[in-house]
Amino acid sequence: MDATIATFLIQDGVTNGAIYALLGLALVLVFAVTRIIFIPQGEFVTYGALSLAVLDGGRVPATTSMLVCFGIAALLFDLWGMRRSFSAPPLLRALGINILLPVAIYAVVTVLAPLQPAPILRAAMAVLIIAPMGYYIYRIAYRPLADATVLVLLIASLGVHLAMMGLGLIFFGPEGLRAEPLSSESFTLGPALVSYQSVGIYITTILIIIGLYFFFERTLIGKALRATAVNRLGARLVGVRTQLTGSTALIMAAAIGAVSGVLIAPITTIYYDTGFMIGLKGFVAAILGGLGNFPLTAVGAIAVGIVEAFASFWASDYKEIIVFSLIIPVLVWLSFSVGSHEEE
Amino acid sequence: MNSTRLRNIMPLAAFAVVLAILPQLPIPTFWITLMNNIGLASLVAIGLVLLTGVGGLTSFGQATFCGFGAYLTAVLTTNYGFSPWLTLPLSILVGAGVALPLGLITVRLSGHFLPLGTIAWGLAFYYLFGKIEFLGRYDGITAVPPLEIAGYQFFSSSSIFYVIWAFVILTVICAQNLLSSRVGRGIRALRGGGQAAESFGVNIVRAKLIVFVFAAAAAALSGWLYAHMQRSVNPTPFGLNMGIEYLLMAVVGGSGHVWGAIFGSAIVLILKEILQRVMPSLIGSGANVEMIVFGILLVAILQMARNGIWPFVLRFLPAKPPQEIPPTDGNLPKRTLACAGSPLIKVEKARKAFGGLVAVNDVSFEVPAGRIVGLIGPNGAGKSTTFNLITGIASLTSGSVYYQGEPLTGDSPRQIARHGIARTFQHAKILPEMTVLENVALGAHLRGSAGVFKSLLHAERVEEATLLAEAARQIERVGLGAYRDRLAGDLALGQIRIVEIARALAADPAVLLLDEPAAGLRHGEKQELSNLLKKLREEGVAVLLVEHDMGFVMGLVDHLVVLDFGTLIAEGKPADVRQHPAVVAAYLGTAA
Repeated sequence: MDATIATFLIQDGVTNGAIYALLGLALVLVFAVTRIIFIPQGEFVTYGALSLAVLDGGRVPATTSMLVCFGIAALLFDLWGMRRSFSAPPLLRALGINILLPVAIYAVVTVLAPLQPAPILRAAMAVLIIAPMGYYIYRIAYRPLADATVLVLLIASLGVHLAMMGLGLIFFGPEGLRAEPLSSESFTLGPALVSYQSVGIYITTILIIIGLYFFFERTLIGKALRATAVNRLGARLVGVRTQLTGSTALIMAAAIGAVSGVLIAPITTIYYDTGFMIGLKGFVAAILGGLGNFPLTAVGAIAVGIVEAFASFWASDYKEIIVFSLIIPVLVWLSFSVGSHEEE
Repeated sequence: MNSTRLRNIMPLAAFAVVLAILPQLPIPTFWITLMNNIGLASLVAIGLVLLTGVGGLTSFGQATFCGFGAYLTAVLTTNYGFSPWLTLPLSILVGAGVALPLGLITVRLSGHFLPLGTIAWGLAFYYLFGKIEFLGRYDGITAVPPLEIAGYQFFSSSSIFYVIWAFVILTVICAQNLLSSRVGRGIRALRGGGQAAESFGVNIVRAKLIVFVFAAAAAALSGWLYAHMQRSVNPTPFGLNMGIEYLLMAVVGGSGHVWGAIFGSAIVLILKEILQRVMPSLIGSGANVEMIVFGILLVAILQMARNGIWPFVLRFLPAKPPQEIPPTDGNLPKRTLACAGSPLIKVEKARKAFGGLVAVNDVSFEVPAGRIVGLIGPNGAGKSTTFNLITGIASLTSGSVYYQGEPLTGDSPRQIARHGIARTFQHAKILPEMTVLENVALGAHLRGSAGVFKSLLHAERVEEATLLAEAARQIERVGLGAYRDRLAGDLALGQIRIVEIARALAADPAVLLLDEPAAGLRHGEKQELSNLLKKLREEGVAVLLVEHDMGFVMGLVDHLVVLDFGTLIAEGKPADVRQHPAVVAAYLGTAA
């Protein structure tokens, strides 16, 4: 291996690592706030990426109709919840969130898609379609389980993952799609050839991390999320609506997933199950960070990306095996540093 | 054989007879094949029931263990000419052997790391099976020989049916034996947090490892059978998706019931068959609709019937007869107690700091044999923390605790329990889904010694009978005889506290630590408790008592220790302590 290949591999690793970092952060965020181990995170990546690819072709992606269906299902859950105490304001709010919003998005996308707007607008549309799904998924799958154990929530996550992956297969088919890059230019930096697309990925990742920092430090809802993360019951006692923080966390996760998908769609071919694997690598990063530490997760993600890049060069057959085995030493270390009494 | 035992065996016998007749009826082969698949899946699901429903651990990677069992026998029988019957123990051993290190790494971690780890290895091994030349890569290994007994080859679906279901029934028996044994009580205590169990000497990590290895061995057995039924192996049935499907079966059936595993496997596989047949004609493409349906089903079951569907079926079946205690002439050996007055527990400058807060501040006192020592003080005085320091649940910041001159510092609750130090908890830690008898028998854990293998074969029946008899004796002694076979969770709070005392007594304690035993008791019950404690004192047991009911304490104890804000403010005879100005100030405040 010479320096050129090494720099190329490192660059490739950092680019993928940046995506894993975003997903890892979203997973840590969701876990801290809701105790949900959010396996379906990767499906949002798939949906975002495939929606963008379809939008590139000037067509309306099936995710828009899915969004409307999710909204209807969430409305049914809301109506069932209201069956005993029925009044107009909550009903109107439910109709607005579950019907009006998805239908509005559906209308906007249907009108704009055939016009082939600028790439950045298409990307924004893809994220706009996917982000609200986080809310509906929370409402349908997780809110009725809010008091359940981490284990039950994790099993439910697997269920949501299966269902969403299955829907992805039906609506997008087994063939992979690739989106047009926002920019196909590149420039040389020392020995490395850097594409603007990967620069875009780095900048977006950094911006999202900074944004998350300000969100948690400076906004009331951000602080409410942190309060819920530290102590659910305590947060509820001081008036934080933990259902609200739960759905906020999932909307953010879905949005981050969609952004990751939009960023990665032009550089990799995305199949209906690609997101799951990408999301799991985000998990490896999150576990490397002990499932609770944002900066460590980001560092872990870059490490995962670089290990993966070098593994695919030296032993491409065993790439996935090497990446997933990364968590074994961390688990060993955790098992010896954590006492066995922590399960209360 | 007595009638209860007969009634316990009846369902299993009936099930076996139905199974035996089934292939002889004119049923299409298709159904027999489906039954075979249900049997194979049941083996894995039974392991998961023990792991998830009973032990509170979860694995999405069980299909991997099937893979180890299947590949091992495939390689050995095709390449090396081994007899399949010879590879059977090897397959099971390999499944268990792979599970052991994986378990050692992960079971010590809190709940969610284990399942995450299983996802990682589920994927990693799937790729590994598909990449290794030796295992035929993604094409796998073909021409695996069929099973054979005395020249008869199990080629047809209806012949291997008997082999598969014989193993299922064997596994059901083993699983039920394990659960109803001394080891099994430890496993069933895992879901309750395990702290109480550990205070009576159950090795929590070991209990987790036992279920984990059992589940893996059952899965490997399923893989071995699969290889000889299918007579070929490839990586597909051992991937993560199958791992998730197995968990779905356990959850659908009812993750706490061994029979639920078979029921759940049947529901899921029949549903899958229907979906694969019906859906393509409905929506044109058969593109894995079952994935969506299974996903939604999993979430729906968790939302609506978290204990699965089997409990609904159980309602229509006759209720299980109460557990009969087999007559036994064996008595458990009793500890020789130290002579009254000799110091048993010595607490020396014990200190516990949580960050800057000193909960127990250099407290020293003694608990002699044959005496009742009261530990009192206002709320937050550090009484329960002192208990936790003595029993090893909390670790000392500085200072030491001695038992008969031997330091206990740094010992685990389990090691401390071995000295005969038994306790109750301020917030009662009983196992609500176990009967009072089983809860109390958990206390006698250290008085038995039967291990896993004896339990699996139910070869420990003599010892088990003496343990149960001892538990029943202690239940009678505390006056709860009428509630022996009730679920502990159905009892009133005061009675639950008494169950905890009976559990502590079942440990044959030298020292009894009672944390607010009289809370929630009626006057008469307090009287009885008081008499019981006096009797124990006569027998030479040392009692350390935390209690708020002063009337109860004053009439009972020989010695009082008063804590306030973690500091010992007075000790001595009850009558003297009562007059102590610091005590009066602590309880009533001082005149300004």
